[in-house]
Amino acid sequence: MTSLVFADIPVRGWVALIVAAVLLLLVPPFANDYVITVLVLIFYFAFTGQAWNIMMGFAGQLSLGHAFYVGLGAYAAAALYVHFGIGPWIGMLAGILISAWCGAVVGFLAFRFGVGGVYFAILTIAFAEFARIGFDHFRWVGGSSGLFLPVAQFKHNDLWSLRGNPTMFYYVMFGLMVAALIVCRALLRSRLGFYWQAIREDEHAARALGINTFRCKMIAVVISSGMTSIAGVVFAFYYNNLFPEQTFHISKSIEIILGPIIGGIGTLIGPIIGAFVLTGLSEGLLDVLATLKITVPGAKQVFYGVCLIIVIILMPNGIWPPLARALGLTERPERKP
Amino acid sequence: MPFEIYLNVAAAGVLTGLVYGLMALGLSVIFGVIRVVNFAHGEMMAIAMYIAVTLFAAFKLDPLLMMVPIAVVLFAFGYLLQAHLINPFINRPEHSQFMLLVGIGIIILNTLLMIFGPDAKNVQTSYAFDSYQVGPLIIDATKAYAGGAAILVSAALFAFFRFTLVGQAIRACADNYTGALVVGLNVQQLYALTFGLGSACVGAAGAMIVLFIDVTPPLGPAYTLLAFLIVITGGLGSMPGALVGGVLIGVTEAMAGLLFTPSAKSMFSFALLVIVLLFRPQGLLGTSAR
Repeated sequence: MTSLVFADIPVRGWVALIVAAVLLLLVPPFANDYVITVLVLIFYFAFTGQAWNIMMGFAGQLSLGHAFYVGLGAYAAAALYVHFGIGPWIGMLAGILISAWCGAVVGFLAFRFGVGGVYFAILTIAFAEFARIGFDHFRWVGGSSGLFLPVAQFKHNDLWSLRGNPTMFYYVMFGLMVAALIVCRALLRSRLGFYWQAIREDEHAARALGINTFRCKMIAVVISSGMTSIAGVVFAFYYNNLFPEQTFHISKSIEIILGPIIGGIGTLIGPIIGAFVLTGLSEGLLDVLATLKITVPGAKQVFYGVCLIIVIILMPNGIWPPLARALGLTERPERKP
Repeated sequence: MPFEIYLNVAAAGVLTGLVYGLMALGLSVIFGVIRVVNFAHGEMMAIAMYIAVTLFAAFKLDPLLMMVPIAVVLFAFGYLLQAHLINPFINRPEHSQFMLLVGIGIIILNTLLMIFGPDAKNVQTSYAFDSYQVGPLIIDATKAYAGGAAILVSAALFAFFRFTLVGQAIRACADNYTGALVVGLNVQQLYALTFGLGSACVGAAGAMIVLFIDVTPPLGPAYTLLAFLIVITGGLGSMPGALVGGVLIGVTEAMAGLLFTPSAKSMFSFALLVIVLLFRPQGLLGTSAR
């Protein structure tokens, strides 16, 4: 297993990874709360982007409804904590189970009935929207007026119940991001990973070769949805409030998938680069506009949209593939996107 | 509840649904020909609604009369968008096109927010509270006019595709891209024209719908989703399907609003979508789309 994960990384790659990891681990003592908060957000998007990438980047199934799984994880863990005092790590198990089960339902319905391509994407949106409106009327978890976790001044960090200051969440999210990277590399280099890539490139050919495409796609959806819900649990305990209108909204799904697309779909470093670039861009624009004294609401998003379009026009495969080639860090042999 | 109430609500749903259908028709035409899903569709309708509201506020121009000029403006917008931004993306993978159109949608939504602010805007026509009595039915004048106009515009579009040479050329591009290139059609220009026509539909629908719905910037994404719902239910790429889907969703939402709670009405539409996708993935009137 370890040889599967860590083999074939060029020396330069090791150096780059270790330098980046050490730098990020050393950030909190030297940074203010703002920087920490932004980095937590970046790690969150890197993690969810990585999870989404399993479905789209590896297995070629475009999901536009990943906010569904974030929301299920968040609500499951938060509701167990609020109503029964069950801690987030056990709640996380519940969240993963519920989310993976729902992912399996979406996948089963779509793959069994032959819903593919654009239709599959819209089916995933439909489930997320269905959940959004459903949770709006789900009284037990607060309905449209939201679910709140008890907040107090945290004197010390309690990792077991995920109550603490942003620095604790910084290390938790960082750990999750690294774990996701390792898991995804293992998956991508396993037999299953090669099956996924075969399905992504040509599903009919893959089936003709004897790959059980239904089963492989189901596994991709289940892993991806379960993983996504982990981020949802941490998200809930970090922000301490949940509203269906926000948690399940399609804009949340889109936020998740922009990172991997911008960074490089189907690559392992792409989702991380994408999260850094997009969140950095978003926060950077805020600073630039503040110094220019432009305070009209919406101005930031207009520039953000323009940047998205410029990147997608200039770099059709995302930022990472050309960058990796330039730095001599290609993670595997060249292939067509 | 007396039976008439159900009938009235259903009638209102049909008329609203016709306008929804016209909006979705634009999306369906664009997908049917160019094979690009317009993720900025609702945002484009919001542009049309804001133009209508502004013209009404400034010059007291009736949105129904301004329907044609607004459609022309949206046509130009759609034409330029396709000619300059989307055409280079035609052969790119779906997620790449998706990104581009999401980017366009974000820009439109927030530009509207910058110009008009977050408050809801509406038009108050002199006939806003008129109604007609047809047998047991009482029908709002605004909805009757809008539904009638939606039928007219759709009929014009059907006729264009059926009887004009340009319309036939566009259908040729949809049927066989390579074949269309071989016989010397300027596919890129026809695509731009198609996107323009789809945008004109949504422009006309926006001018109608502003008669009975207040406009705010976030309406855009919501209507993009609604348009998806309708065309998938009716059959993506099928023109009659869009209208049928529109009416079906219009009635479903109206009835769900009456029988349950208005805030939960779209849940039923999404449930309908899931059922249609499972049992007839190509949509009610779609021909094998995959």
